[in-house]
Amino acid sequence: MTSGLSSEFLIFLAFASMVFVAAVYCILTTRNLIRILIGVELLTKAVTLLIIVGGFFSVRPALAQSLVIALIVVEVVVIAVAAGLVIGIYRHNDSLDVRNIKNLKG
Amino acid sequence: MTLNLGLLILFVVGAVVTVLVSNLLYSAIGLALTSVVLTLIMFQLQAPLAGVFELSVCAGLITAVFISAISLTRPGTSDEREPRAAARIVVLPLLVVAVGSIFFLANLAYRLPTPPAATVTEVREVLWSARQFDLLGIVLIILTGVFGVAILFKERINRD
Repeated sequence: MTSGLSSEFLIFLAFASMVFVAAVYCILTTRNLIRILIGVELLTKAVTLLIIVGGFFSVRPALAQSLVIALIVVEVVVIAVAAGLVIGIYRHNDSLDVRNIKNLKG
Repeated sequence: MTLNLGLLILFVVGAVVTVLVSNLLYSAIGLALTSVVLTLIMFQLQAPLAGVFELSVCAGLITAVFISAISLTRPGTSDEREPRAAARIVVLPLLVVAVGSIFFLANLAYRLPTPPAATVTEVREVLWSARQFDLLGIVLIILTGVFGVAILFKERINRD
């Protein structure tokens, strides 16, 4: 391990990458649409942690916070629209299984 | 750093539990708890404003959206549930620990950038002075989201 601040940064990087891997695993292995959304949400949490850590160690906390606020807004909009889409797909197909979404013409 | 390490471990455990739990409702609650832990980490890293946003929006609003979506849909049939649940419980923690240990064992010689001489410390100043186009983008994204949700519900009302 390197010494000083960079070793602490690597610890944060390691834990953020662990969460990232768990989220990617969730997205890749599940067939449930809501669980895929939960995986996307976990992905953004790992990225949020990395931005905050980057701001902390580069002594730019204000810039990192403004970026995180923008990221959270984007995240909320994406999740809200995607949840609406998921409910629409469920009402149309009576299923949340991604394998049942085969009809492209509505 | 000790408290940070404990919070980081809790963060990863929360994420893994969120992925592994088979019940969707418990998974959404696990996601909210992960958000709470992330908020505590943000407070530790001197980012209180982002922490408040994370707590109120991610742990509150998004959890409400997820629980609404889960309550509006039927629990999955046996086909929709994930196959090989027992295998997942073994594979995912192993995968996560392996990826984490790569960073600890890789001995990366990462050099942190030198901070600028005059660093802006006020979030308000950054938002309104340095990142004005971000605000424009945020407003456009919110409008897009509102129109998207409105169109989805309009279509649903027309069908009913």
